[in-house]
Amino acid sequence: MASSSEKVKVLGFWVSPFVRRVEWALKLKGVDYEYIEEDIFNKSSLLLKLNPVRQKVPVLVHDLKVVAESYVILEYIDEIWKQNSLLPLDPYQRAMARFWAKFAEEKVFETAWNALCSGGEEKEKALKIAIESLEILEGEAKKIQNFFGGDRIGYLDIAMGWIGYWLPVWEQVGCMSILDPLKFPATSAWAKRFISHPLIKHNLPPREEMLVYFDKRSKELSSISQGWIKV
Amino acid sequence: MGEEVKVFRTWSSPFALRVVWALDLKGIKYETIYEDLSNKSPLLLQYNPIHKKVPVLLHNSKPIAESLVILEYIEDTWKHRPLLPQDPHQRANARFWIKFGEDKVFPAVRDSLLKQGKEQEEAHEAALESFKLLEEELKGKKLFGGEEIGMVDIALGWLANLVSVLEEVLVLKFIDEHKFPLLSAWMRLFADIPVIKQSWPPRDKLVTKYIAIREARLATN
Repeated sequence: MASSSEKVKVLGFWVSPFVRRVEWALKLKGVDYEYIEEDIFNKSSLLLKLNPVRQKVPVLVHDLKVVAESYVILEYIDEIWKQNSLLPLDPYQRAMARFWAKFAEEKVFETAWNALCSGGEEKEKALKIAIESLEILEGEAKKIQNFFGGDRIGYLDIAMGWIGYWLPVWEQVGCMSILDPLKFPATSAWAKRFISHPLIKHNLPPREEMLVYFDKRSKELSSISQGWIKV
Repeated sequence: MGEEVKVFRTWSSPFALRVVWALDLKGIKYETIYEDLSNKSPLLLQYNPIHKKVPVLLHNSKPIAESLVILEYIEDTWKHRPLLPQDPHQRANARFWIKFGEDKVFPAVRDSLLKQGKEQEEAHEAALESFKLLEEELKGKKLFGGEEIGMVDIALGWLANLVSVLEEVLVLKFIDEHKFPLLSAWMRLFADIPVIKQSWPPRDKLVTKYIAIREARLATN
């Protein structure tokens, strides 16, 4: 049941994995939307008006109502559009999906990003946590046949989907190996299935431009920051 | 109904208190298991093997960890006395502020405790900036949940408990009555709610605890 595209807008940045989560969710539900590109390095008055507290993308606008924060938007999308539910219906299964999404975000995403943007001992420390955490996720990936959501892509697949596409770019840019397919066959296989899904594969940023962007961005951040970078 | 509900907590964990408050507000009966984190029980390690932390909620033998995940589970499972609004947009707004508390407020206050010198100054500044935004959000409301405690109040409730303790430990002001009148009033109102008041850890023990934490951290630097 597609909504009129005028009613739904997504404010995003082309390379942000957080923004893509929102787009993947809308696509999976068959919801039409208007996409508005935002230059996060030169924030528009629209962004500052829609999300004055955090001043970040993604922002979803639905019937003039504004929602920010990718995980908050995913829950909102699931509540408004009931088809193809993203979260399981059972409360315990829902809790597990939210638990693993938080785990992957804090222990794999943030650590991989910090490894990319740091050097020396800090990088080693971050890499170690990322890889140990992937070992734990591998255990979960071994339990599934297709997606974490079952036969259909669900909340946890969307939350971790960056692993199949952004992580290899970061590994290349940062000269690091994190998701070794020999060490993590189940996670690698799941990541491949996710990225190849028809609704996902046509909604990914161009790889070459990602390499250029993250190379530049990681160098900028490692020269100015010390300590854990909160994305 | 014969449901088995258990809460693994410590006497002072602010995260575990969130779970206690939510269950108490909904009038759910549960057994409490106090953990000594320097000597974790085999049960805790079995129920939360990944983080090995409190709180853990056990419901009909199924364990759930991470306080905010537990709050959502409690809300999904026991639908009376809701902690989130019914309207999806208002729910999203509540979740937004819960996340803000975790991403911005808590780390700034935590770093004010754990750091010194310039880093502590910056953390303190960041904390004050985050309070300004909370103050704005409280305009026209008694509680973040409106007339009654909601999930945002529960998630941020640690402020009402710990800010005055940390102000004493650090000799640093966080929530000045004149700069943050609404937030100050919210802290007093929240702390006075019977379900909250009855579970407050003893203040003097908290002061001792946080002094020890700071000293231990500074000694390792």
